[in-house]
Amino acid sequence: MKKFLALFMAAAMVLAMVACGNGGNNANSGTGGNNDQSSTGGNIDGDSTGGAVTLKIGGIGPLTGGVAIYGNATYWGAQVAVDEINAMQSDIRIEYKYEDDEGDNEKAINAYRSLQDWEVDVIYGCTTSAPCVAVAGETFADRYFQLTPSASSTDVTAGRDNVFQICFTDPNQGVTAAKYIAENKMAAKIAVIYNNADPYSTGIYEAFAAEAPNQGLEVVSVSTFSSDENVDFSVQVRDAQSSGAELVFLPIYYTPASNILKQAKDIGYAPKFFGADGMDGILTMAGFDLSLAEGLMLMTPFNAYATDERTVTFIDSYKKLSGGVEPNQFAADGYDCVYAIYEAAKKAGISDGMSHEDICAALISAFTDSGFSVDGLTGSGMVWNTNGEVSKEPVAVVIENGAYVNM
Amino acid sequence: MKTEKKRRLRRNTRRSLINYAIVIAAYAIVQALNAGGNIKSSLQGQLVPICAYIVMAVSLNLVVGVSGELSLGHAGFMSIGAFTGIVAATALQAAIPMGWVRLLIAMVVGAAFAGLFGLLVGVPVLRLRGDYLAIVTLAFGEIVKNIMNILYVGIDEKGVHIAALEGSRLVLAEGGVPLIKGPMGAVGVAKLSTFTAGFLLVLVTLFVVQNLVDSRAGRAILALRDNRIAAESVGLSVTKYKLMAFVTSAALAGAAGVLYGLNYTGLAAKKFDFNTSILVLVFVVLGGMGNIRGSIIAAALLTILPEALREFADFRMLAYAIVLILVMLATNNPTMQQFFAAVMEKVRGTFRELFQKNGETVKGGGNHE
Repeated sequence: MKKFLALFMAAAMVLAMVACGNGGNNANSGTGGNNDQSSTGGNIDGDSTGGAVTLKIGGIGPLTGGVAIYGNATYWGAQVAVDEINAMQSDIRIEYKYEDDEGDNEKAINAYRSLQDWEVDVIYGCTTSAPCVAVAGETFADRYFQLTPSASSTDVTAGRDNVFQICFTDPNQGVTAAKYIAENKMAAKIAVIYNNADPYSTGIYEAFAAEAPNQGLEVVSVSTFSSDENVDFSVQVRDAQSSGAELVFLPIYYTPASNILKQAKDIGYAPKFFGADGMDGILTMAGFDLSLAEGLMLMTPFNAYATDERTVTFIDSYKKLSGGVEPNQFAADGYDCVYAIYEAAKKAGISDGMSHEDICAALISAFTDSGFSVDGLTGSGMVWNTNGEVSKEPVAVVIENGAYVNM
Repeated sequence: MKTEKKRRLRRNTRRSLINYAIVIAAYAIVQALNAGGNIKSSLQGQLVPICAYIVMAVSLNLVVGVSGELSLGHAGFMSIGAFTGIVAATALQAAIPMGWVRLLIAMVVGAAFAGLFGLLVGVPVLRLRGDYLAIVTLAFGEIVKNIMNILYVGIDEKGVHIAALEGSRLVLAEGGVPLIKGPMGAVGVAKLSTFTAGFLLVLVTLFVVQNLVDSRAGRAILALRDNRIAAESVGLSVTKYKLMAFVTSAALAGAAGVLYGLNYTGLAAKKFDFNTSILVLVFVVLGGMGNIRGSIIAAALLTILPEALREFADFRMLAYAIVLILVMLATNNPTMQQFFAAVMEKVRGTFRELFQKNGETVKGGGNHE
């Protein structure tokens, strides 16, 4: 018994060290792991900001742990926008601080609380849905304005007037996907592979499954996997193949999706693949064979291959911050969040010395005002309803020659 | 022989009383600081989780330290307690408006369910020798996590509805609300847990565990741990006593889960995974196997530590691991142990002198040197 325990603890320590090693690497490859950047953009100093109002934006998301890539993207994406706004020398100066939540509810609340100690004005986050629900409960009670870049569950905003989303909700994506497939007559028989341990994936699937019959689509195969076992998909892929599906809908993140594409090719199964916005990023994955993604369709609000000036500048600045990591739609959502807050703060006439309760009320009325709209990287003319859900044009792209092409 | 026994018992009682005193003093200090507004929001938010983790650690110590079995699925019991507690508290929302009564009922329900599952796991496994409990509880924790991930529970006027696999299978009447939504976990929970409730739960846990260890059954559990064959030869039932410790521990973990779950508006099942079980095991091992006071201190400190290290950003995990290793080295180092023993002896000596000055009769028979 003792020996077993000793061995076991030794193994646990080794694991802990390995995990730490990863954390360390992250920190090195990132911006030195310093989340406490109060982001004074280049030529701004205390004197030149004279009459400017300071707005403290506190971000929450996973910088470490299993979903750290998404959190880091929202962290850097917002940082780009903060630097741009501060460089503009406008009436509003933004202070930005980002706290790690490890994708965990308890840690997210801790992060939120430590931002409160920093006297935050506006909460930007969380990145993932489940922690966001927990934090939204707190900000609703404490009266902080909250804008999330990527927590797409409807539970985040339900019944809370102070929480807004910049991303599409999960049900919205599911319904849009079903309509898109039907309208473009891509396929009639459809297989779905989704992660039933992930609220994002489950949320899209359920809306898709409910909408598909209305659009005359037949879902012939539904198979699931969980976050713990996302390497071997032979069972799911074979099930889709044997049911004769012409299109496989993958409302999942790109890491497991890359395995599905590979394993489908290995058994000679070549249907159309259709993904949601979680698929964005698959082309920048290390070690991924780009030919596998050829013809893959996905709905993403952000096209990193667009050539308009704003996108190009964003990608440039982002890569400088992230140490060469390509931005994905999480990063663009984060960028748009900061601009949305900035525009709303300008419209609402935020002044120094306003309490966070007043800022919250002012920003809510600005966001829900019928004349308020924001142009960003993920859509132009974004407007919000009183539920906090965004309304913008959905965009679907197809991958051709290793780049997105608008469909 | 008789006086020897008397002395040993008294020492146990004294140890228990000091544990109560430490907890009560900590509560009083925190409340006093809080009244003065001297506690940062970040620490304030951790008070309830700290209480929950203390209860987890003390209850796991009953299995790992006192009964000598290894349990790697303690978070599974916490999960069962948390989710049943949340359902109970929400279902009674209309019937019982008083928050603390609902919290109390939820804790009883959560503890009962967790205890029931403890019984189900324990009955077959505790009959076996060896490390089977470790293997089975490890699997149990994972099974609970995965089942909770696909479980959908809703409440309407007819009562509680449960469905599995897909949310669309959960059919609720008009006005019904889904409460637990698979991977999303529980949403829209009314927060009921308070620091005072957590403090009371820690006291109850200490009362239950310390009295169990000090009782006849507790001595039987200790005897079985130290020498199973000898204990069996005098007619002690292995399964019965091991089960007693295991089920008590599971029930307390369930109550801790309720406290934890009702402290957040959203709770996801994936929180209660293998890592959380190991975290609690680390509290127990670092605090000392069988040492209840050690568990309390380790749970409190190791919950605060990662948050206190927040300024180090990504390096805080590294710092956390280093602190763990240093504490382990320090507590196992003979020189350090001697040093601590000497310090403790000095402190004890000072107290003894004080007591003797205050009157020889205060601690009758205390002068046994």
